Amino acid sequence: MGPGRTFDEMWGHGLVQRQSQGDEGGPLPPLSQAQTLYEGTRAPYADFDAWLREEEPARLRRKQHEAEAVFRLTGITFNVYGRAEAEERLIPFDIIPRILSAREWARLARGIEQRVRALNAFLHDIYHRQEIVRAGRLPQAMVAPNRAFLPQMIGMEPPGGVYTHVVGIDLVRTGEDEFFVLEDNARTPSGVSYMLENRETMLQMFPELFARNRVRPVSNYPAALRRSLAACAPPCAEGEPVVAVLTPGLYNSAYYEHSFLADKMGVELVEGQDLRVVDGRLAMRTTRGYRPIDVLYRRVDDDFLDPMTFRPDSALGVPGLFDIYRAGRVTIANAPGTGIADDKAIYSYMPEIVEFYTGEKPILPNVPTWRCHEPEALAHVLAHLSELVVKEVHGSGGYGMLIGPTASRREIAAFREKLRANPGNYIAQPTLALSTVPVLTRAGLAPRHVDLRPYVLVSPEGVTITPGGLTRVALRKGSLVVNSSQGGGTKDTWVLEE
Amino acid sequence: MLGKTAGGLYWMFRYLERCENTARLAAAGQRIALTRSHADDEWASVLETTGSLASYRARHDAVRRETAIDWLLCDRSNPSSALSCIEMARSNARMVRTALTREVWESVNESWMVLREALSRRVTERDLPEATALIRARSHQVRGAFAGTMLRNDIHDFARIGTFIERADSTARLLDVKYYVLLPSAHAVGSSLDNVQWESILRSVSAEGAYRMTWGQEVRPRLIARFLILDRRMPRSLAFAMGKVAENLGYLALDYGDRPPSHDLVDALRTARLDRDIDDIFASGLHEYIQDFLRDLAAIGTQIETDYRFHA
Repeated sequence: MGPGRTFDEMWGHGLVQRQSQGDEGGPLPPLSQAQTLYEGTRAPYADFDAWLREEEPARLRRKQHEAEAVFRLTGITFNVYGRAEAEERLIPFDIIPRILSAREWARLARGIEQRVRALNAFLHDIYHRQEIVRAGRLPQAMVAPNRAFLPQMIGMEPPGGVYTHVVGIDLVRTGEDEFFVLEDNARTPSGVSYMLENRETMLQMFPELFARNRVRPVSNYPAALRRSLAACAPPCAEGEPVVAVLTPGLYNSAYYEHSFLADKMGVELVEGQDLRVVDGRLAMRTTRGYRPIDVLYRRVDDDFLDPMTFRPDSALGVPGLFDIYRAGRVTIANAPGTGIADDKAIYSYMPEIVEFYTGEKPILPNVPTWRCHEPEALAHVLAHLSELVVKEVHGSGGYGMLIGPTASRREIAAFREKLRANPGNYIAQPTLALSTVPVLTRAGLAPRHVDLRPYVLVSPEGVTITPGGLTRVALRKGSLVVNSSQGGGTKDTWVLEE
Repeated sequence: MLGKTAGGLYWMFRYLERCENTARLAAAGQRIALTRSHADDEWASVLETTGSLASYRARHDAVRRETAIDWLLCDRSNPSSALSCIEMARSNARMVRTALTREVWESVNESWMVLREALSRRVTERDLPEATALIRARSHQVRGAFAGTMLRNDIHDFARIGTFIERADSTARLLDVKYYVLLPSAHAVGSSLDNVQWESILRSVSAEGAYRMTWGQEVRPRLIARFLILDRRMPRSLAFAMGKVAENLGYLALDYGDRPPSHDLVDALRTARLDRDIDDIFASGLHEYIQDFLRDLAAIGTQIETDYRFHA
């Protein structure tokens, strides 16, 4: 697929690459920067497009500034790692919504639910009998030697049987019906506060848009999260289970989100120093002494949970937490050791995993993936580096990866050496022509690449998916990297009612 | 409520109060300095009142008005500068974000943005009235959001206790630095120098009008001392502030069904120091009285932190 065939979710496929800036007339969609002619406005965007055509571009730009002021005032900032508090940044917000039809969403939701059920079944199996390995569907080498595999979890039954209480499934799109799962986030997926605040901001700024489009609400996410976590409480919980959010602290990049979720759920936001094990229960230091916690929604990594079990040098954890967890006296969400399921090497086996545990073909396909530890795959990858995206198995945040088509020869040569030295550390995927959605730029609307992270809650009562999710957008023209640490922004994501 | 959260609320409101008090002191200091020949002495006295004269002297060889103003309002190396205070208040507010209403949080956050901008450049003598007015206005706005939107529960109580401990401390420090002006023997009563000094005390707590409303034009040291120490109607007096501390601790006792040692310390301070006659205070020594008050107050602060488990 060449760049001319990139699928824009508002305008459809690009038809013609134009040579010069156009005079296509009409008020806003002047597309003055995007020298492409498209098929026409797609159905989910029809109402929005009609509204947009009546809008003054100047008013929209003013609204864009207003949105930033709202985010600053609310304090929706993220801290840049390793910098002082003064370095709070805003994630850029683009006011053009990303819109999905009811039909599109229904299929995504079915595929996501199937995948998340498979992930939980996989995690239970991998820490118990490992039937999938016995059946020869997953090599043993992918499990025990994997550094995301947590031996302490072997034989452990997490309360309610749930491993991944909160999951973020990263999706990308390349055409009308072509969606792929790019990544499963089964540890502590972040960004849900942006999903909620983006909608809040849009409702404040453009109430008329929501009057003419029936958009499915997202605002019940915090209540659903609390209910879902409470449903996973251990048997020792008395009455309404006590839930708390564990944050690494004020200087963590996602601190805003941690306090936001605790606030909206109406639960305490705790740090390691507020916690200790008292009488075999996890307890928090209140103004009236220590009080038990039943469910800990932790936003810290496994390594920082309990210095007695994991990293002895960590000041963030709670000594003895893991012992009472194993005794079934507290719920940790997500369960420790879920990282094995979102490992990028395991990712390549997800089609087999889904089929093994659900008995069904995957509704949402994977992006084709070469596992570089396999010699034939490695040979193919080395021969096609300039066309592929190569990622570290344990990497995240868009770091440590090679994007072949945009890399320089020198970068490719350097990466080739790293890959040869440690092939097991990498996977490779084709460069997808990610779909675009227009963003508001100084010169008018222009298409930019997007992905989508829907948020999924899992409890013994079932799987709950908030309609939509977080749309991340690469604000630099042509860029495929949507991570906020690398110039990405966000959009409000709409799922229309039937 | 988490002990850490109680501590965060207490300190958030102490810093907000301190920020406002510093602004008042700076504004009063400027006004007095303008009417005196030894203007820099007045600035030294303001610095002493904020408890930062020693650290100022460690960085500057002399007390001059421009450096003193900068030190009081903008200097990050002064932990009680208005800028440092609003940054600490906001940092504590972020920590206790879940305990605050959206409106209180946003008013603190916005105050921080506005004041950081206003105090990022050196404030000159010419800009000082505007800067201190801005600080007071932001302070009123936060207080208004707090009064108008917060539930009256333990969150509210800890915030109020922080406010009034800080206020009592600030007024007592002012009296500690200026006590000699109020002593009957210091100057001939009625000299113009005296009047300026007395006025400076009232001005520093924004109480000139309140004083006149109560005592008319008769500006006398004994009455000023009585007004700032014992008058329960005056919102910056020691008696008023400690009454509020006792009141809010009382709500906590009702709520928690427990009366830890800090409550007794407050009662003891109020009986021993505030249930007194002003002549009696003068007779036994105003300076010693203030010193004793400040020492007892510090002990109360420490005991509250222990009683309500602010720290692990």
